[in-house]
Amino acid sequence: MSAPALATRGLAKNFGSLVVASDIEITLPRGVRYALIGPNGAGKTTLINLITGMLQPAAGRIFLDDADITALPPEQRVRRGLVRTYQVNSLFPHLSALESVTLAVCERTRAARTWWRQLNAYPHQIDEAYDILAALKLGPVCQRATRELAYGQQRLLEIALALATRPKVLLLDEPAAGVPRDESKELFAAIAGLSSDITVLFIEHDMELVFRFATRVIVMVGGRVLIEGSPHEIAADPQVRAVYLGKTATTALQGSHHG
Amino acid sequence: MLPPVFGVLFDGLAYGMLLFLMSVGLSVTLGMMNFINLAHGSFAMLGGYVTVALMNRYGVPFFATLPCAFVAAAVLSVAFERVFFRRIYRATDLDQVLLTIGIVFISVAVAAYIFGTEQEPLRLPAYLRSSLTFMGIRFAVYRLILVGLALVITLTLAVGLEYTRFGAQVRAAVDNERMARGLGIDVDRTFAITFALGSGLAGLGGALAIEIVGLDPSFAFTYLVYMLIVVSVGGLGSISGSFAAAVVLGISDVAGKYYVPQLGAFLIYLVMITLLMWRPLGLLGRR
Amino acid sequence: MALSEGTVSPQLYLRAQTRWRPAEIVFWLATLLPYLLFPNYLSLASQIAVAALFALSLDLILGYAGIVSLGHAAFFGIGAYTAGLVSKQGWGEPLSGLLIAALAAGVVGYATSFVICRFRHLALIMLTLGFGLLLEELANTLGWLTGGMDGLQGIHTWKLLGYFSYDLYGRVAYAYALAVLFVLFLFARQLIHSPFGLSLRGIRENFVRMPAIGAPSRAHIRTIYTIAAGIAGIAGAVLAQTTETVSLDSLGFERSAEIVVMLVLGGAGRLYGGLVGAIIYMIARDQFSGIVPQYWYFWIGILLVAVVMFLPNGVLGGLAKLTTRWSRP
Repeated sequence: MSAPALATRGLAKNFGSLVVASDIEITLPRGVRYALIGPNGAGKTTLINLITGMLQPAAGRIFLDDADITALPPEQRVRRGLVRTYQVNSLFPHLSALESVTLAVCERTRAARTWWRQLNAYPHQIDEAYDILAALKLGPVCQRATRELAYGQQRLLEIALALATRPKVLLLDEPAAGVPRDESKELFAAIAGLSSDITVLFIEHDMELVFRFATRVIVMVGGRVLIEGSPHEIAADPQVRAVYLGKTATTALQGSHHG
Repeated sequence: MLPPVFGVLFDGLAYGMLLFLMSVGLSVTLGMMNFINLAHGSFAMLGGYVTVALMNRYGVPFFATLPCAFVAAAVLSVAFERVFFRRIYRATDLDQVLLTIGIVFISVAVAAYIFGTEQEPLRLPAYLRSSLTFMGIRFAVYRLILVGLALVITLTLAVGLEYTRFGAQVRAAVDNERMARGLGIDVDRTFAITFALGSGLAGLGGALAIEIVGLDPSFAFTYLVYMLIVVSVGGLGSISGSFAAAVVLGISDVAGKYYVPQLGAFLIYLVMITLLMWRPLGLLGRR
Repeated sequence: MALSEGTVSPQLYLRAQTRWRPAEIVFWLATLLPYLLFPNYLSLASQIAVAALFALSLDLILGYAGIVSLGHAAFFGIGAYTAGLVSKQGWGEPLSGLLIAALAAGVVGYATSFVICRFRHLALIMLTLGFGLLLEELANTLGWLTGGMDGLQGIHTWKLLGYFSYDLYGRVAYAYALAVLFVLFLFARQLIHSPFGLSLRGIRENFVRMPAIGAPSRAHIRTIYTIAAGIAGIAGAVLAQTTETVSLDSLGFERSAEIVVMLVLGGAGRLYGGLVGAIIYMIARDQFSGIVPQYWYFWIGILLVAVVMFLPNGVLGGLAKLTTRWSRP
C-alpha cells in the first residue's frame, strides 16, 4: 500500500489560552478530492497554515508522501510539491499575469537565481507560463497588470500560480470566495480540469462545489475534526446539520439527485 | 558609604525615566496601528520649547509649565493626526518614514528660526538645583523629582491600562486591531486619544529633559534615535517593555559615558543591534 | 497558440519590456552636455554622477526588493575609505582601486546581509540605522586609520589607463565618473530584466506570497544586498579618487538620509529614479548653497511631505501618469 499523499498526526496549535487546533488527524490518499468544511473560526485556514509551515504547531507531525516535513520551512515544502492558494487573493499587483506565473515557474526551475542573463533567454519558462494561463482561459489578458484583472480572473490567477509550481498536493482555500456567479463557470471548469495526479483538499463554504467535486468531506468545528464521510453521509448526519449545514445542503443534495 | 556606582545607577535611572516618558507614546501607537511616527521627537521638542518660552518670556513657574507642555504637544498632535497621519496609516513603511521625517525637518527649522540654534538657558528655582547627600552619594533634587514623577505616571498608565474600560480597548486594539474592530471597539477614536496622550507625554518629557540634557533645535533628531531604540528593543505596544528598555538604555548610556568615554555611542548601538537580533519584536513585543 | 487580436506573443511582449526607449537614449546623450554647456561645472557634474550611482545602488534594494535602509552610506563610506587607504599606501591606480573598494564593501554587505534578510518593517529599519551609526562611531574612534574629523589625507590618484591625468577642470574626472556610472547602469539594467530581477519585484510586491511559490526570498535578498553594497562602494571609491579626499560624512546618517530623499524624489523602482533624483537634488543644493543648513532642511521637509502626499512615485512616477493620460484618447 502506497503512502498517503498528505497526512497529519496529532496536530495542535494554540495562541496562549486560545486553542485553534487540537489533535488533528487527516489522511489524504493520492489523487483524491477532499473537502474541508466547518463554521467560521473552526480553524480551517489555521490548519492550512500549519500544514504549509506558515505556523509552527505546538505538537504533532505532518507527512508528505513518506517524509516527515514538520521541520521544513515553507519554501521547501513547496519544492516538494505541497502548494496552497489563498482565500483572499495574494498576488503581485503590478506584475502582469504572465510575469507572475513566469516568476513562479522560474523559481521552480531555479532560473530565478540567475542575474546575469535576461529573462528572454528562458523561452521554455515563458511558454510554460503562457500555457498554464491559456488552459485557465487567461491567455488573452496575460499581459495586463494583475490589479487590472476582474476578481474572478484574479482567483484563476491564484490557481495558475499554484499550478506553476507543479504541485503534488494542492490546498485550495475557498477558491470560489467572492467570485460573482457569472464568473464562476471558468473557476469550476478549472477545478474540474485539475490533473488526477494532483491530490486536492479544498476549503469551501459553497456547497455546490463541495457536492460536485469532493469524494469525501471532513468537518471541522472549534479546532477539531468532528467527522469524516462521503458528502451524502455528511449532509445526512444530524450532528453536522445542527452545527453547520442547515437547509442549503439538503437543497443541494436534492438538486444533485435530479441534475 | 555607598560606592560611586550607585550615583551612576541613579543618574542612569533618571535618564531612563526621561527616555521612557518620551518613548512610551511611540511604542503604544506603533503597536496599535503599526504607524512609524518619527515626528514623535518633534512633539518632545515642542514641550521643551513651550516650557522655555513660558518661563523665560512670561515668568511662569517651572511646575506650572509642565501641564502646558503636555497640552500643547497633545493638541498639536491631534491636528497633525487629522491632517496628515490619518492618510498614511495604510501606506508603506517607507512613506510613513519619509513623511514623518519631513515633519521633523520642518520642526527643526521652525525651532531654529524662532529660538535660534543655541542651547536654551533654563533658570530653575534654587531648591531644584540643589542636591541631597545620602550615604556618601549626591542625589540631585531635580532628578529625584523626575524619577518620582515618572514612576507616578507609569503607575497611572499601568493601572489605567489594566482596570479602566479605555485601557481594555487599548489593549485589545494593540493585540489584534481587526478583531477589536469586529468586537465593536472604535479603534480610530481609541487610537486618536492614545496618540494625543502619548504625544503629550513626549512633550512633558521634553520639558523635563531641558535641565538634564539641554534643549536646542537638533533635540528632535538626537532623541528620536534614542526613542526608536527604546521602542524597538522594548517591544511595540508594550509599556512595561518600554520601561525596561528605557531603564537599560539610560543606565548603559550614563555608565558608558562615565566608565568608558572613548567608546561613545558605539556601545548603545551595539547593544541595540544585538538585542534586536535576539528578539526582533522587542523584549516584550507582541507584533 | 491562440492569441486574441492586438496582443503579441508572450516572448515578444517580455522582450519589448527590455528595449531601449528613445527617452533613455536622449538622457544618456544629455549627460555629455556639461562638456559643451557647463564646462565650469564639471566637478559638480562628477559629484552628481557619483550620487546617481549611489542612488542606483539603493534603488536595487529599496525600489526593487523593498528593503528600507537608513544606513546605506556605510557601504559608500567603506568604499571611499578603502580606495583612499589603498592609495595612501602607494597604489593609486584608479580602476584596480575601484575593484578593491567594491570587494571590501561587498564583503561587509554580504556579512550583514545574513542579518538583514531575517527582518522586516521597523526592526529592519532600525538595524540598518544601527549599523550605519555604528560604523560612523567606529570610523570616528579609529582616527589613526581614518583621519577622524580631519579626514583622510595624502590620497594621490594615478593616471587613468596610464594616460589621462586628472586635470583641474575636472574633465577627466567627469568622464571617469560618467563611464563608471554608465557601465554599472548597464549592469543593473541587465539584472533587473533577468529572472532574478523578476524575483526581486515579486519580493517587493508581495513578500508573503514568495515562499508559497517556492522562492528562497532570503537568499535573493542576500544576493541583491551584497551587489548593492558593492556598487555603493564603487561610488564612494570614485568620489575618493576624483576629489582625493575622504571624510566622515561619507558614511554619516545625513548621507544615508540624503540618498533616500534623492531616490524617492526621482521615483524608486524605476531604474532612472535615482539618477533623476540625484540630478535635481544636487543641482538644487548647489544653487541654494548659500542657505543656512536649517533652512535647507526646512525645504527638504516640505518636499518630503509633498512627495508622499501628492507624488508617491516620485517625479518619474508622476511623469508616467501624465504620459499615460495623454496617450489614452
